[in-house]
Amino acid sequence: MKKKIVVPLILLLSSHTIMADAINDMFTQYQQQGVSNASEQTGKTLWNKKFTDKKTGKDRSCTSCHGVDLTKVGKHVRTGKKINPMAPSVNKKSLTDVKNIKKWFKRNCKWTLGRECSAQEQADILTYLKNQ
Amino acid sequence: MKNMTTFITATGVIGLILTASLVMGDDDKYERNERDEGFLSQLFSKKTDVAPVKNAVYKEECGSCHFAYQPGLLPARSWKKMMGDLENHFDENAELDKDTQIALTKYLVENAADDANYKRSRRIMNSLSKNDTPLRITETPYFIRKHDEIPKRMVQDNPKLGSFSKCAACHVNAEKGSYEEDDVRIPGIGKWDD
Ligand code: HEC
Ligand code: HEC
Ligand code: HEC
Repeated sequence: MKKKIVVPLILLLSSHTIMADAINDMFTQYQQQGVSNASEQTGKTLWNKKFTDKKTGKDRSCTSCHGVDLTKVGKHVRTGKKINPMAPSVNKKSLTDVKNIKKWFKRNCKWTLGRECSAQEQADILTYLKNQ
Repeated sequence: MKNMTTFITATGVIGLILTASLVMGDDDKYERNERDEGFLSQLFSKKTDVAPVKNAVYKEECGSCHFAYQPGLLPARSWKKMMGDLENHFDENAELDKDTQIALTKYLVENAADDANYKRSRRIMNSLSKNDTPLRITETPYFIRKHDEIPKRMVQDNPKLGSFSKCAACHVNAEKGSYEEDDVRIPGIGKWDD
């Protein structure tokens, strides 16, 4: 009987630490690039901000694919494929891999803003995301 | 317990012998499919239209934005061209780090349609001339011919679909590499009878 309770707890704990690890790693790297603090509110604003794409004239934002409510499943705006919720509170796998976070920041910032996001912008967004 | 161990060992040994004899066979194509396919699916390959994807990295990297298209749906020259410009991938940024890009190019080229031992791969190849290097499966003559009876209202104008690129939305067994006509369900419309 005891086992049943212990196992999920351990799973929960370890997945929580993995997320914290990856995010701590990211923040250490941002610090090395001169970022001294990060703002959840600025991150949230940037997440919801609309940018006009030069080529198509259409608005793009992080919410185009991930949605506004990060605890919900997102939907790729071009291919329709579903995207797992970004919020770590409902998706244990979210934000647990440094390589993956970096890869998608690069791709998605380029697509959405037409340029890469600065270390400060990434730190702000990540602070917002991790608390969802 | 002991019986179980014996069973597992025996199965393993038989499996090894069978695999080894396949790999050593002089038919080059057999060997190629075997590598990605495993022995059992090789036996039943008549039912499969294209080799299913077994490569976990490919599934993850090329299946995050859309259905992970099987390598056997395009010739090697198409994959090489596509993999050489992932930064501008159909107006999307699909950049990969150098190592992953090299590994996935190798996987795609080795399992491309050119000499795959699967019927749809062969038909796609036959529909192309030597110089055609399509970047879209949906633009190959074979694909167009197979889908030209489906009206626009069911695809482009269908709010639940939007384009032909979403293979798995209609072909319920697309993940397994099966595109049989009988296994088609068009979103919002249902079974296809022609
Ligand atoms: C065109 C669609 C699209 C847009 C727009 C988009 N993303 Fe993404 N994003 C994705 C997809 C697809 C994934 C991969 C999800 C998966 O593999 O489950 C992803 C993953 C991520 C990840 C990695 C999550 C993790 O768990 O490691 C981050 C971080 C991210 N996006 C940030 C952003 C930010 C910031 C923006 C806005 C600047 C943005 N995205 C806009 C499609 C998009
Ligand atoms: C960042 C998102 C993203 C990633 C990652 C991605 N693609 Fe795509 N891909 C797209 C979009 C968007 C399209 C165009 C879809 C459309 O027009 O409906 C596309 C189209 C395609 C097509 C053409 C489908 C057709 O219409 O016949 C192929 C083939 C393809 N991708 C292969 C790949 C391969 C191989 C990889 C991995 C190296 C990959 N994609 C990774 C976004 C992505
Ligand atoms: C609108 C839904 C739809 C989508 C999306 C779609 N197909 Fe099809 N496909 C069909 C239908 C319906 C048929 C049968 C047409 C007929 O012969 O009457 C078919 C037939 C085929 C066949 C021939 C099967 C046979 O038995 O002859 C192949 C191969 C195939 N599709 C591959 C694909 C691939 C690969 C994709 C994605 C790039 C795709 N399809 C996307 C609906 C779809």
